[in-house]
Amino acid sequence: MDFGFTIAAYAVAGVLFILSLGGLSGQESAKRAVWYGIVGMAIAVLATLIGPGSGLWVLSIILIAAGAAVGYQLATKVQMTQMPELVAIMHSLVGLAAVFVGFNAHIEIGRVAEIFATNGLPFPQPEGPLSDEAYALLGTLSNFAELIGKKTAVEIGILRVELALGIWIGAVTFTGSVVAYGKLSGNSSKLPFKIDTGAKQLPGGHLLNAAAAAASVILLVMYLGGAGGWTLVLLAALALFIGYHLIMGIGGADMPVVVSMLNSYSGWAAAAIGFSLGNDLLIVVGALVGSSGAILSYIMCKAMNRSFISVILGGFGGASGEQQAIEGEQIAIDADGVAQALNEADSVIIVPGYGMAVAQAQQSVSELTRKMRAAGKEVRFAIHPVAGRLPGHMNVLLAEAKVPYDIVLEMDEINEDFPDTDVVIVIGSNDIVNPAAQDDPNSPIAGMPVLEVWKAKQVFVSKRGQGTGYSGIENPLFFKDNTRMFYGDAKASIDSLLPKVG
Amino acid sequence: MKIGAPKEIEPGESRVAMTPDSAAQLQKLGYDCAIESGAGEAAGFTDAAYEAAGVEVVKTAAALWKGVDIVAKVRPPTEAETKRLNEGQLLISFFYPGSNEALMELARGKGANVIAMDMVPRISRAQKMDALSSMANIAGYRAVIEAGNNFGRFFTGQVTAAGKVPPAKVLVVGAGVAGLAAIGTATSLGAITYAFDVRPEVAEQIESMGAEFVFLEFSDDELPDGAETGGYAAPSSPEFQAKQLEKFREIAPDMDIVITTALIPNRPAPLLWTKDMVESMKPGSVIVDLAAERGGNCELTQKDERIVSDNGVVIIGYTDFPSRMAAQSSTLYSTNIRHMMADLTPEKDGQVVHNMEDDVIRGATIVHQGEITFPPPPPKVAAIAAQKPKEKPKELTPEEKRAGELAAFKAQTKQQVALLTVGAALLLGVGLIAPASFMQHFIVFVLSVFIGFQVIWNVSHSLHTPLMAVTNAISSIIILGALMQVGSSSVLITILAAAGIFMAAVNIFGGFLVTRRMLAMFQKS
Repeated sequence: MDFGFTIAAYAVAGVLFILSLGGLSGQESAKRAVWYGIVGMAIAVLATLIGPGSGLWVLSIILIAAGAAVGYQLATKVQMTQMPELVAIMHSLVGLAAVFVGFNAHIEIGRVAEIFATNGLPFPQPEGPLSDEAYALLGTLSNFAELIGKKTAVEIGILRVELALGIWIGAVTFTGSVVAYGKLSGNSSKLPFKIDTGAKQLPGGHLLNAAAAAASVILLVMYLGGAGGWTLVLLAALALFIGYHLIMGIGGADMPVVVSMLNSYSGWAAAAIGFSLGNDLLIVVGALVGSSGAILSYIMCKAMNRSFISVILGGFGGASGEQQAIEGEQIAIDADGVAQALNEADSVIIVPGYGMAVAQAQQSVSELTRKMRAAGKEVRFAIHPVAGRLPGHMNVLLAEAKVPYDIVLEMDEINEDFPDTDVVIVIGSNDIVNPAAQDDPNSPIAGMPVLEVWKAKQVFVSKRGQGTGYSGIENPLFFKDNTRMFYGDAKASIDSLLPKVG
Repeated sequence: MKIGAPKEIEPGESRVAMTPDSAAQLQKLGYDCAIESGAGEAAGFTDAAYEAAGVEVVKTAAALWKGVDIVAKVRPPTEAETKRLNEGQLLISFFYPGSNEALMELARGKGANVIAMDMVPRISRAQKMDALSSMANIAGYRAVIEAGNNFGRFFTGQVTAAGKVPPAKVLVVGAGVAGLAAIGTATSLGAITYAFDVRPEVAEQIESMGAEFVFLEFSDDELPDGAETGGYAAPSSPEFQAKQLEKFREIAPDMDIVITTALIPNRPAPLLWTKDMVESMKPGSVIVDLAAERGGNCELTQKDERIVSDNGVVIIGYTDFPSRMAAQSSTLYSTNIRHMMADLTPEKDGQVVHNMEDDVIRGATIVHQGEITFPPPPPKVAAIAAQKPKEKPKELTPEEKRAGELAAFKAQTKQQVALLTVGAALLLGVGLIAPASFMQHFIVFVLSVFIGFQVIWNVSHSLHTPLMAVTNAISSIIILGALMQVGSSSVLITILAAAGIFMAAVNIFGGFLVTRRMLAMFQKS
């Protein structure tokens, strides 16, 4: 029994998904691209419901409707600043679903083998065409069982590898995503337990991860050798631990890379499951998601000038020697001083960071921008590729606050313009404007491309207090002669500027 | 030790090297002060004022020269004055050693030490004794005042009941200290001011004074770097000069007042304002040539004269602008001298310590202990930070470009072929063991990965968050697996699959909705 219609629908859905990802290359085409994705998903689900998933379709539809209701709630209630957390927690669902599907496949193999045994037929099937009895028996089974029943010994072996991989990756994704969610949301986490945002590892560190991974391989071999279902359960447990411990060891500042990496994992899990179910669309989409997440992680690591491996294994890599001591002092300034400088300036560049997201200051920043633009000043935004907790995080927040996207520029586009700029306002960013990255070869962030704000005539830094950034490094920018510190909550600070500017 | 200032004997020179104020400061350094009777008269400082400040007033020049250890002067000494120097006496004065070698030799023969105030190096530390700058500042100011004196109109534009007055247009050539002072004075009087300099790096200073920089279109490497020459202008190439004159010729008819201040150290002044430019100017216009002493920037300039050209343009070639404001310039000059003395007297005990290791003192000293020490070695501290070498890609010839492209293409091809070979070998390896049914799926997998790589590279930075939300949403394609399994006859499988369907559904809807929300917010200004 083949589902010609389903396969055709899958092909259409696959094309739509590719268009959907490709369309994200520009703001305008992206709006169309999302619809491609939605339609593709609808076609894929419908085709499956009509074809191979037709058993219990009523239950399926009810569950989908329930999931839709929950998803709708989540998506419409979430603050734009919490976007990274939402993406992280939703990954965990995909991971868990992959684990479940993988276990199901294992159970089904056992059941099919049992059915064949009770009917006195060999399983797995010997090489060559199916015997008539086997064919008749298969007709009585559900779609999925029928698929398994047709497989030969080698194919069952591969199937097992695939489902074990799917379970393993899915489980790592699940706990990893939950931990990432906890780290990203910090105190506002809705998890019943608290997760430290710093990089924490159990004693043993990477050795523990390596041991767990090695044990997983051994368990996989045992499982293939017919050791039974308990190996699979243990494998999943180990994977859950690895996911937890791996992400736990990575500092909050590297979470953008982690989220994108987990995104990639969930794709690979889907692809592995696709193999075991013989479903091409699952393979196609899983591979698309997997490779896109991997590239995104790579792009981000390049933006931070960090090796992908060292990020994944936790912590900053190989800084040696003392960091340069910083001389001078941080000079504070009040709202009047900042407002006066802004009123006198012709060109202003705003550098937003995670602090702006935390303080929910994007609306105030947008209002400030509107006022200054109305006064004929050139106002632009400089976005570092890793500003915030997700790539493109700042763009999304500024877009939410109705800042036109054509004045929001990337680091490479705007870095040369700083020397000609009168005033730079740094709102809640730290490491991405740290001159130590260029000046101090011993700095942990040495070599990371940074926004050269200190070349502007005047720099105001809006910051909660004198603390260091996420990476815990002192920032010589704050001590420079042309830098003034504008202490206080970013939103309150910007709000206090509004009546005085324009 | 005793420091004394004689009366300047140059006709028309009104300045004096010591004022009552500076004398008081010098006394604090431990020096006794003396002044020739009537020396400060022309600058408005009476003998009585000096006496009140505790300065000994000496009747004759001869007595003063004889009675003091240190002589402070403004103008370079004449031959007669030089002959009055004693063994071991210190002379501090403008000297222009480059063009006064005979005088320098004479001073050496007399066994005196000479510090030339015009040789003070231009480093930050020495600014307080930089008499050239303080005099140039006054000259620039006075040049505008002098021009205004000879110009029959307002500087500032006015609309009055009696008619409209256009603002005067002032061009300042050479934005050194004098030029900048002239710019500042002219703009504060209300004139529209333009300025030109061969050193492009001063454009910012010009604009900061409120004038507009007259740009020449010229490539960077042909322009001189002011830092190499200690902040002074260097001679420029003939092409540059031609271009410069062409520009002046173009704007000359519009200008009401032209103030030229272009000087190159130890060279005659460059000719910048030719006869035909003067002829193209409106009658009543004024040219003030601050370079008249060295021959003048204007072709028609006559040293120390005010002339009127045939078409009614006034050309002022005075060389004594600072002297025309003697009270002001004496105050500043004597302060410069006083700072020099302070550096020479580290212990404040009235004893000169001639430290030849000191960059400033070494640079300014031209005769020391019977030896001529001019010209000085270059100072250890560069006056101005050298311009950073501009990184610019070498202009490649078309052949080189093509070769480069070809090489890049070859390297790319090599890399791709290598990757493809490795990939193909791996695929073949898998194909050898795996059954055909697996390979079908595997091909799909490999191609999809490839498509994913190709597609994602083009996604713009700002859309990375939506991209992640979308990929997250479509990664819930795993729902297909759960959907296929939910119909199983095993209850456990059904339950697990149902949970999978539910979770994936949450993700599908949540992911797409959030993405749409995000994208809807992006808008153009």
